Amino acid sequence: MLRYATRRVLSALPIAFIAVTVCFFILRAAPGGPFDSDRPLPPEVLANVRAYYNLDQPLFMQYLLYIGGVLRGDLGPSMSSYDFSVSELMAIGMPFSLQLGLTAFVIATAIGVITGMIAAVYKNKWPDYMLVLVVMIGVIVPNFLIGALLQLWFGVYLRWLPAGGWVPGSWAHLVLPVAVLSWAHAARISRLMRGSMIETLGTNYVRTARSKGLGERLVLARHAIKPALIPVVSYLGPGLSYLLTGSLVVEQIFGLPGIGRYFIQAALNRDYGMVLGTTLFYMLLIIALNLIVDLVYAWLDPKVRYR
Amino acid sequence: MKFTTALKAVALASVFSLSFGAVQAQTLHMMNGGEPASLDPHRVSGDWENRIVGDYIEGLMTEDAEGAPILGAAESYEVSEDGLVYTFKIREDSVWSDGEPVTAGDFVFAFQRLMNPETAAGYAYLQYPIKNAEAVNAGEMELSELGVTAIDDKTLEITLENPAPFFLGALTHYTAYPVPQHVVEEFGDDWIQPENIVGNGPYTPVEWVPGSHIKSVKSESYHDAENVQIEEVMYYALDDLTAAVNRYRAGEFDILTDFPADQVTALGEDAAVAAFQGVHYYVMNQNAEKLQDVNVRKAISMAINREVIGPDLWGTGEVAAYSWVPPGTANYVEDAFEYEWADTPYGERVEEARALMEAAGYSADNPLQLTINYNTNDNHQRLAVAISSMWEQIHVTTELSNAEVAVHYDALQNNDFDSIGRAGWLMDYNDPINMLELLRSDIQYNYGRYNNPEFDQLLRDSATELDLEARAEILAQAETIAMEDYAALPLAFYVSRNAVSPRIEGFVPNARDVHRTRWMSKSE
Repeated sequence: MLRYATRRVLSALPIAFIAVTVCFFILRAAPGGPFDSDRPLPPEVLANVRAYYNLDQPLFMQYLLYIGGVLRGDLGPSMSSYDFSVSELMAIGMPFSLQLGLTAFVIATAIGVITGMIAAVYKNKWPDYMLVLVVMIGVIVPNFLIGALLQLWFGVYLRWLPAGGWVPGSWAHLVLPVAVLSWAHAARISRLMRGSMIETLGTNYVRTARSKGLGERLVLARHAIKPALIPVVSYLGPGLSYLLTGSLVVEQIFGLPGIGRYFIQAALNRDYGMVLGTTLFYMLLIIALNLIVDLVYAWLDPKVRYR
Repeated sequence: MKFTTALKAVALASVFSLSFGAVQAQTLHMMNGGEPASLDPHRVSGDWENRIVGDYIEGLMTEDAEGAPILGAAESYEVSEDGLVYTFKIREDSVWSDGEPVTAGDFVFAFQRLMNPETAAGYAYLQYPIKNAEAVNAGEMELSELGVTAIDDKTLEITLENPAPFFLGALTHYTAYPVPQHVVEEFGDDWIQPENIVGNGPYTPVEWVPGSHIKSVKSESYHDAENVQIEEVMYYALDDLTAAVNRYRAGEFDILTDFPADQVTALGEDAAVAAFQGVHYYVMNQNAEKLQDVNVRKAISMAINREVIGPDLWGTGEVAAYSWVPPGTANYVEDAFEYEWADTPYGERVEEARALMEAAGYSADNPLQLTINYNTNDNHQRLAVAISSMWEQIHVTTELSNAEVAVHYDALQNNDFDSIGRAGWLMDYNDPINMLELLRSDIQYNYGRYNNPEFDQLLRDSATELDLEARAEILAQAETIAMEDYAALPLAFYVSRNAVSPRIEGFVPNARDVHRTRWMSKSE
């Protein structure tokens, strides 16, 4: 297991390196630059600004400088924010994005697994239909619409919850963003869980368990849940990375200080440093999550472990 | 009995504390738009930054509730007879929020820092009227040669290159703000961090959460602190305007500094829409072969029904533009230029335009092919679609092409577009020269590369004309030339869109769209 993990970590490094390289050059190939706007800078000022950000150097030199910086843990300056460097902005936004994403992840996974089980047990009865309906809404309706509607209902009409913003330590401000974020995620998990549970309940070993005279609850708890969870677990890694990156829309709507917003704004403003920084972060996150999932997978499924 | 008394006392106390709390909680919640790039007045470029920076630093001149220039950190000024030398007396009681006095030296330091090529201040050119500023900014002269000198601690002398009647207005701009020399020298670029920052304005920033908000609190050392009512300002960074309206309606914001045009009826009385000094226009690429004929340019300008743009297409009542300089601009002539066909009924205008096009050799079978380039935005798109159908009537077929803002302006600045490009200009200061310069042949903003030596000469003449009225006449002449040349295609004058809660008093809609917090108050 340890050797397997080491190998995976080591193989992730060249992937990260290649991705940053590709991203760096693609970004430079995109038209427009960080200092293009409706108010162009005078040429002499522009020259100074470009020199400040090393943009006057040959492209390959810039690349070497950037990689050198990254290896020293310095993600460079942000070109749309003078007062904070990329690392500083990430350090401010990351804890928040992680908090938001992880909260949504835990809640959504729990809800998804439970509702999926219920739907499977009551297959083609009314609890199943109800749940499928709610789940489908979560899958079909885009989160910016759900966000705006929840904001309108609970923030404007009912005034039960704040319609946006962030006050440190206030759970009320997290309810709506977390609800929006977790809905789609819970929906996907629920569908997966339902399908895999139905399949598991039809397997021979469950039939055997039942024929031993075990009660339905015991059959579920002891024999069905764990194998039914396997497809769900393999989805959790991509699912969590989806939640952490998908939070950018939610952060935008609710005005939350996470890094997702930087990502959009930076891409639009051609803030090279910020785009690369956030990409690097998301990439490392996804690599790490996939690794964790593979390890959990090995633990859950003997077939993987003994192979 | 005792119990009820106690209860009453508690009730009474809570009522008191509630009402007391209401008086205390003079916090202004302002939806401020974009995330500030900086709080350093030499580094910022947006109106969202101006709202914050202008609340914490005060220039020699500042704005009153109506956005007009009034004395700020200066208590008086004198102008020499030739209009070139301004001498300012700085207020004795103008102090930085750390207690240090604001000195003439702080201003000299600030202007030199602004013009220092190393600062790379994007807006430095706004202070180019100052003697040698342009040369200093280009690195061709020493900082000390800049026309800003301290006579003594409280007397500042500014010498101009040419007389500039708009100069006092230009001094309200953040590029003319002082910076605390003692703090900047101690902390360098970090002087702007909330733990170091020092200002001389009515408020001081105390907290900055990127992606969320900046919080400023009232500065007791401000010279007019006794009349400043709002205790605390929250400037929220929020780009999603629909979400902003929702939060406004939920009572979380007192002021929206922008809203989607289609929300104007939903906001009702709260919507404050005011004429704003700026123009939406289409650049006509003067280098494009097909736009060489001035009659073609005239025809495509005439064929646009501008009266529907503001009221119907955008819904916020932008005023139709038949001239280049917005009406009501200071230092200008009454009844300046307006196209003579402005009052012709639209149907007749189209007839006339079609005749011009046919004379130029275009017909239904041989239409003129134009491309409208615009930056991706709902309003710009609606306008482009409407205009392309207006142009259909005069044998013009139109292609639409949109790009995100950075890419679009990159193409405009390089004159790299087929024929028509959408642009807008918000005036930096209240003077016609700020508009007319956009058409000067040697300026970058002249996207269409309009080039008329006569026009350029008039602008040069205006720079040395001492008599204000004569200068206004020269500028009006220049505007007429450019407009009759159809150098560009003005569409509509901007409006500013704010939503202001009835709780807020002292918010005066104005043509500069500048609303300093010190003039406002809030009731619960």
